[in-house]
Amino acid sequence: MLILDCPYCGVRAEETELHAGGEAHLKRFGPGSSDEDFHDYLFMRENPRGVHFERWRHVSGCGKWFHAARCTQTLEVFGTYSAQTTEPPQQITDAISAKRPGWTWRGLSD
Amino acid sequence: MSEAVSALNGASFAGLARVEETGLGGMITLRGDFASAAFRAAVKTATGGDLPDTRRIAFGDRGAVAWMSPDELLLLVDYAEAAAVTASLARDLAGEHHMAVNVSDARACFTVNGASAREVIAKVAPVDLAPGQFAPGDFRRTRFAQVAGAFWLDEADVFHIVCFRSVAAYMFNLLSTAAHPQARVGVYS
Repeated sequence: MLILDCPYCGVRAEETELHAGGEAHLKRFGPGSSDEDFHDYLFMRENPRGVHFERWRHVSGCGKWFHAARCTQTLEVFGTYSAQTTEPPQQITDAISAKRPGWTWRGLSD
Repeated sequence: MSEAVSALNGASFAGLARVEETGLGGMITLRGDFASAAFRAAVKTATGGDLPDTRRIAFGDRGAVAWMSPDELLLLVDYAEAAAVTASLARDLAGEHHMAVNVSDARACFTVNGASAREVIAKVAPVDLAPGQFAPGDFRRTRFAQVAGAFWLDEADVFHIVCFRSVAAYMFNLLSTAAHPQARVGVYS
């Protein structure tokens, strides 16, 4: 079972107390964007085997959204961080680099 | 005005622990900026309690203040006073970014009391209830089996649970089942 630390209330929450919110750090393409960009924003998602960034919500707890970086293959969690950011903080990417040298995810990499 | 009654009219069950619906409780959801001095003062005026630390509950002479999230508190006051306290909060916080709502009638309150109370709650909520991990004054929002709820432990080692009134019967049956006399696990004994 996946266990994540909520960065807002500090609870070490197990999966049943959380709600998955899909891929993290999506860039929104709305009115005025090209059809192709809008299509990719709506439908195209990463499906990696390995390092992944996701949004989660502490739905039965403090109710806040947050981000998590984890490995889809081993369920290892590299860290959780605030939702008020458009990219993972340095300490998270450093933690991933230490354990998964050469990792890549969308535009991010080791 | 019609006479207010609680969801289960004080139902109780005695097994491994005593489960009891405690009747009407005054509850006010208060959201705002915890760093604001006016906000802290308003909380103090309403309950007599100070702002609690993260996941704690603070008691005052007129009520209690529970930490719900980084911008939300649950004020526990006398049921009869809840409407008046909500109105005075709105006055005290005029001009501040805040929200104060009297949610007393949307909630149900329970206590779980007895030697196996920790075990009864640990069966149905994903929380580490080992003595020392969950101490008097700790407050936790979580789920009880399939419904949302929050609970805290008071100085007399009694667990208090609040949940939505609409799921009060579910909560009571759930706790009663977990406290069935023949359902002892003995994990904390």
